[in-house]
Amino acid sequence: MARMKFLCDADRCIECNACVTACKNEHEVPWGINRRRVVTINDGLPGERSVSMACMHCTDAPCAAVCPVNCFFTTADGVVLHSKDLCIGCGYCFYACPFGAPQYPRVGNFGSRGKMDKCTFCAGGPDPANTQANFTQYGTNRLAEGKLPLCAEMCSTKSLLAGDGDIIAKIYKERVAKRGYGSGAWGWKTAYRETIAG
Amino acid sequence: MTLQTRIRTIVGVFAIAFAVAFVTPAAAQSVNPTASSVNEEKLLKELNQISGRCTLPNQTACNIEIPANREWRDFQQVTLRWIAAISIVGVFALLVIFYLTRGMVKIESGRSGRTVTRFNGYERFVHWMTATCFIILALSGLNITFGKALLLPIMSPEAFTAISQWGKYFHNYLSFPFTIGTIMIFLMWIGGNIPNKTDIEWAKRGGGIVGKDHPPAYRFNGGQKMIYWIVVLGGAAVAISGYILMFPFYGTTVSGVQLAQIVHGIVAALFIAAMLGHIYIGTIGMEGAFEAMGSGEVDVNWAKEHHKLWLEEEMGKGSPRAKAQPAE
Repeated sequence: MARMKFLCDADRCIECNACVTACKNEHEVPWGINRRRVVTINDGLPGERSVSMACMHCTDAPCAAVCPVNCFFTTADGVVLHSKDLCIGCGYCFYACPFGAPQYPRVGNFGSRGKMDKCTFCAGGPDPANTQANFTQYGTNRLAEGKLPLCAEMCSTKSLLAGDGDIIAKIYKERVAKRGYGSGAWGWKTAYRETIAG
Repeated sequence: MTLQTRIRTIVGVFAIAFAVAFVTPAAAQSVNPTASSVNEEKLLKELNQISGRCTLPNQTACNIEIPANREWRDFQQVTLRWIAAISIVGVFALLVIFYLTRGMVKIESGRSGRTVTRFNGYERFVHWMTATCFIILALSGLNITFGKALLLPIMSPEAFTAISQWGKYFHNYLSFPFTIGTIMIFLMWIGGNIPNKTDIEWAKRGGGIVGKDHPPAYRFNGGQKMIYWIVVLGGAAVAISGYILMFPFYGTTVSGVQLAQIVHGIVAALFIAAMLGHIYIGTIGMEGAFEAMGSGEVDVNWAKEHHKLWLEEEMGKGSPRAKAQPAE
């Protein structure tokens, strides 16, 4: 089985935010929630780089570890998903996440956050069927249809890669070798405890 | 311009273009135009988090990664569980052993049949309001820490979520009467709970609970003063850290919220352990003690044995219920 991962080649990202828009449109993510975001460092300075970031679907995911109701699970593809029927909206997964991926539909006061929402790697929820009920809760399940996450599919510069970790790591390594530089596989060490020589 | 000069110009332009084309790759190899480019690994070595600019309305989301956030899970899943389990189960086990060896502390001289008012209605109301909230807060809090290990295996995930969801609501909303109760306890009993030299004498004689002794005490003895300060200071700590968790990110970052949870978890675990001792001595641990918070009236002999100095004060005041009836 493939181990699904994201890799953002920051030397290619042009901060067009198409990944953010594609994600919001594909899954009809509610206002205020961005499953994916683009963050720019050294904005306007030499060495400016942008990185598209979402849930990285960590190995031994900390969100799953701290969840008091065990609503998380990891699929055979290594995708970290959760059940909104079981989530109690306590906020712990957000505190434990190094990428700030979990978000809540309501303001967090009085424990009225609502059910947590995050990137599903376009793999839906616990039930893989593309029903309207599942769509409303989790968005579409593209993986079940043999498609990869839309954010990466739509990336205009092919900066954002999504797919089998070994394959996207190989693509990135080839790019780095060919152009002679690379700022690294952002978040890989934090998420997967491994890195790709840049 | 003659044709010759025109050709010369074109050749010249080509020559320059050639020169540029040949020289540039060589220059690129010695001077990398992206040499100043950031490198994630180097950044993480320098900084503990990578943040930047983003166009989201939620400007606190402009982080690429905060690797340290991952470390909190070890406290939350391992350290806190050990602290809570050892302190709560440990105190419970000690109380069982203590009860089996020492048994209930009896009123040595038996009941006199006469009573004296120990706690009035207002005091008992505040005590029980705080106590009821505390028990529900403790159980719903323990559910967050231990529920998935102890309750989830014996019920369906949906049922466990329902319990935890309701537990969360109770935990959040009962925090308000609990906090108010703690403040009222602080104010109404502060007078009798300032440590003084009778407490040293009381502690030296083991509080009377270790042996068969009855060291004199005013309204609150050394042990009760300890409970008072545990409630006041522990209550303040859990309330402040709890409200930080309930209203997150007002002046705190994720690491601040994590710290609040660490304080909240440890103090709450020790608080529960201490309250087990309080509940023990107020119920099966001592004859005549529960009445103080039950009806509010304690037996005079009980008061004589456990709060001699307080009883003398009350008698001096001429407490109507304890005063001997004057002969007609």
